[in-house]
This record gives sequence, structure tokens and C-alpha cells, in this order.
Amino acid sequence: MNVGLNHFLIVSTILFSFGIFGIVTRKNAVMVLMGIELILNAANINFVAFARYGSFGYNGQVMALFVIVLAAAEAAIALAILLNIYKTFTTVNVDEIDRMKE
Amino acid sequence: MNFQSLINSLQYIKPEIVIAVVIVLVVTTDLIMGKNKSLLPWISIAGLIVASFFVIEQFSFKAVSSNANGSIGMITADPFGAFFKIIVIVSSIIIVFFSLSSNEIKEAFERHGEYYTLIFGMILGMFFMISSADLILIYLSIELLSLSSYILAGFTKHSLRNSEASLKYIIYGGASSGIMLFGISIIYGLTGTTNLYLLNSFFHLPQFGGFIFWLACILIFAGIGFKISAAPFHFWTPDVYEGAPITITAYLSIASKAAGFALLIRFIKVTFIDSVDASGYWQLLNLIDWKSFLILISILTMTLGNFAALWQSNMKRLLAYSSIAHAGYLLLGLAVLSDQGLIAILIYFAIYAFMNLGAFFVVMIIANKIGSEEIDDYKGLGYSMPFLSFSIAVFLISLTGIPPTAGFIAKLYLFIALVDAKMIAVAVIALLNTVVSLYYYIKVLKNMYLVRPEKEMPAVLVSPAAFAMLIVLLVPIFLFGIYFTPLVNLAKSSIGLMGF
Repeated sequence: MNVGLNHFLIVSTILFSFGIFGIVTRKNAVMVLMGIELILNAANINFVAFARYGSFGYNGQVMALFVIVLAAAEAAIALAILLNIYKTFTTVNVDEIDRMKE
Repeated sequence: MNFQSLINSLQYIKPEIVIAVVIVLVVTTDLIMGKNKSLLPWISIAGLIVASFFVIEQFSFKAVSSNANGSIGMITADPFGAFFKIIVIVSSIIIVFFSLSSNEIKEAFERHGEYYTLIFGMILGMFFMISSADLILIYLSIELLSLSSYILAGFTKHSLRNSEASLKYIIYGGASSGIMLFGISIIYGLTGTTNLYLLNSFFHLPQFGGFIFWLACILIFAGIGFKISAAPFHFWTPDVYEGAPITITAYLSIASKAAGFALLIRFIKVTFIDSVDASGYWQLLNLIDWKSFLILISILTMTLGNFAALWQSNMKRLLAYSSIAHAGYLLLGLAVLSDQGLIAILIYFAIYAFMNLGAFFVVMIIANKIGSEEIDDYKGLGYSMPFLSFSIAVFLISLTGIPPTAGFIAKLYLFIALVDAKMIAVAVIALLNTVVSLYYYIKVLKNMYLVRPEKEMPAVLVSPAAFAMLIVLLVPIFLFGIYFTPLVNLAKSSIGLMGF
């Protein structure tokens, strides 16, 4: 079997859908953050695959590198915030962290 | 691109360079001075003033008249961007002064170095957002702005509200920017480029369109819509605005929104424009019906913001919903898709910055004094704090848009643009929304002036610094309400986007 652009796009779309699904359904904040990471990686697969099969030059791969760095930065900040949340609320369940409501 | 032209092009990002230098300066000063943090705000203000000189220089940059496709890289420097950068700089200076008198920020004294560093991180992100002409840079600058503001939203670590705000902000923000990135990747796959000007020439080709393209554009709009808190993407706004320290709330509601709008306008105008006709209307390419889409979003945004604000009891939350409603009005200015609508947006933003910052400033000072932001606790404040109550009355009346305040001029130009474009029905809906907004703004004033307090409150004096700040914010409200020609002229001269 020849692996072509379509295979990559299918994988990335499945990853994207899993990411959205995780964000919407998961109650644990860490799992929600993992959903966000899945979305970013889905986009990364797209970028690299398009750059490789579309012969668009290196733009897409450069973008993927940027996104990997940003995803790491975002994960670092998110985990720091989560640690702080755990200290103040003693839970990381997003449904319970809801003191502000009209 | 050779080395020499690289060096030459540095002159177009002078303001950004200044901001980056200030970040380094703030960090090193914080390290060297140790416990003495009193220097940091003044370094920040000095840096902002220097940056503003370079931004003012950009007003004279001529936007290229012919469509110079392909010759424009990632950054544009044009009068349009300069206008928004000035709004960001002015609001940043005011926010630094706010921070000097905010109890919340003063309590975290040992972390002031971080605070100002992160604020400058936000400013750098916003500057790049305002002037970026490439989808890669758009994503990177949005993330630069967001990552700094996630931390600032939870700056006072011990408070439950702060922590909750920053968690909600990072979850919603991360998800929406991820979705936007996926949209960008699809656009990249379809065209092979990320430059907005090149995209524009690609979209002129007849084979473009279809569901995938439409989907990608909606995904990108989701990311920008999150930043300006437009209707289906506004969920974070009330919680984050209520939870974050007031200085940061005020900052998010002005500067971050201004940068988001600048980005949205540039994205839609540069990417989808076909031609600009003689009377200043933009003929967009027939790919997506942006006009109907924007009208739909803006009506949804303003109606939702105004009606949800009706039953708010917390002042910050009320102002959060009011800022959603204002995003709706501003989107309407864009939906006109004409130069006149753009002028209306610029005028609206300049005035909105002063009135919203003013409202948040008074809320902050009252919270410093009575320790509460609940509207019920404002009972009888009109008697114990006459000047503060008078100021917030002016700001709220201006937010409603009643003459002789500047808010009226802002709304007036918006409605003129709408009526000129024969969007009468939309104008009527916006007008009805303004009437609804009157109710919740006036409710606050009623509590302050007409309801007697349950317990007698001693008269409170405003500190001289806060008094001076209030005067600085009050003067433009009255000045632009009566003598608005200079502002209008400035707006008219800064609608030039690079390339058009």
C-alpha cells in the first residue's frame, strides 16, 4: 500500500475529532489539556503532510516546529496553573471549579 | 533576501524592538534591585512613551496604492496599524497607573517584576497581531498575547477567583487557538502559502470555494472571535473578567480586544478583497458571504451581551457582558464593509478605551475602599463618595451612548455608517439594544443615588493620584463629546491598510 496525502489527512482529522471530543466530555482538567494537545498535533500533521506532498517549500515544516515549541510553552503554563488550582481547590475536576455563576 | 535588506527592514519594527528591549530591562532591573520594585512602573512608562514616538512615525508610512502582491513579507507598517498601536500604548500606560493604586496588585509586591514583564509580553504580542500579514505570525502573536494573559489572569495566586479565571481562560483559549491552527493548516494545504496578500491573489482564481474552504475560514474566525469575545465564542468572558485582577480585566477588555479587531479587519480586508469602489465600499470576493455572517454574529453578540447583563449583580461581571455587547456594535461597523464603517470602528475604539477603562478604574477604587464589587453594596455611595459616583455615572452614561458624552459620538458615527449602507433594519436592532443597555447601566446609578444605604457610611476621600487619573479619563469623555473633529480627522487619515 502506498501511503499518500489522504492517509495523513484522515489521521489528522481523527486526531482533531478526538481532541474536540476530549475537551467537551472530559471532567479532569489534565485530560482536557491533552485534548488541546491532540488538536495542535492534528494541525501539525496537516502542515507537514501538505508541505511534503504539495511541494510548497519549507513553510509548513517551519510552522510545525513553531507549534511544537508553543505547545510545550502552553503545556508548561497550563500545568503550573493546574498545580495552583489543585492547591486552592484540592481538585482538578473542571465541573467543580465553578464558584462564579450568575 | 540578503543581509542588507534584512537590516534595512528592521526600521519597520522599531516599536516592537523597543517593547522587547523593555522586557529585558524590566527583568534585569528586577534582578538587580532586589526588594526595591518601585522603579519598575516608571521604566515601563518610559518604554511605552519611547515606543509611542516610533508608532507615531508609522502614521506617515504610505500604504501602497497599487496592489503590491508578493512583495510584502510577514509584517506591515501602516497608519491603520499605528492607530491601534496607539490605543494599545495609551491603555497600557493607564493600566500601569491603575496597578500603582490597586490593592490586589500591591499585595503581590514581591512578584511585580513578573507582572510588568508579562504585561510587556502582552504588548509585544498585540503589536505583532496588529501588524501581521501572515497566518504563521498571526498564530504566533495570538499565542504570545494569550500565554502572558493566562498567567496574569491568575496573578494573585491565593485567591480562588483568580485561579479559576486563569484555568478557564487557558482551557477555552488553548482550545480556540488550536481550532484556529487547524483552520490555518487547511488553508495552507489548499493554497500552499500563508501570506495574506498571496492568499488574496490565489482566491482570485476561479476554482476556489467549496465546503472545506468555508470550514477553514470559520475555524480561523473562531480563533479571532475568541479574542474579541464574539457571540458563540464568548463563554470565557464573564468568568475571566470577574475572576481576574481588575487591572487585567480592564486591560483585556480594551487592548486585547483592540488587537483582535485589528487582526480581524486586516484578515478580512486583505485576504478577501476584490476591489474598493469610489464611495469606499469594499467589494469582497464571492467566496464567503462575510457580510451576512458578520451581521448575524454581531446581532447575536450584542443581544446576548445586553440581555445577560440585565440580571448581573457583580459589577465586573456586568461590565464583562457590556463589553461583549460593545464587541457586537464594533462588529457591526465591520459588517458594513466600507471605509466609512472602518472610520466608525476607529472612532468607537478610541472613545470606548477611555470610557471602559474609566468604569473599571472607579470599580477598582470602590473595591479598594469597601471591599466589594456587588451592585447591592453600592447603595448610597452617591452620598459618601460623591466624586467617584459622579465619575462612574459619566462613564456608564457614555457607555450607553447618551449625549453630551463621547459615547454618543461613537454610536452616532456607527449608525451613520449603517444607514448610509442602507442597513436600516440592522441599525434599528442595534438601537433597540442600546435601549436595553440603558436599563442595566441606570440600575447601578439608581442604587448609588436613590437607594438609602442600610448603614450609615462615612464620607471617603479620593487620593490625589486617583483623582488626577479620573480627571485624565473624564476629560476626553466630555471633550470628544463636544469637540470631536480632531478624532474624526485622525480616524479618517488612518484607514490606510498596507496594499490598499
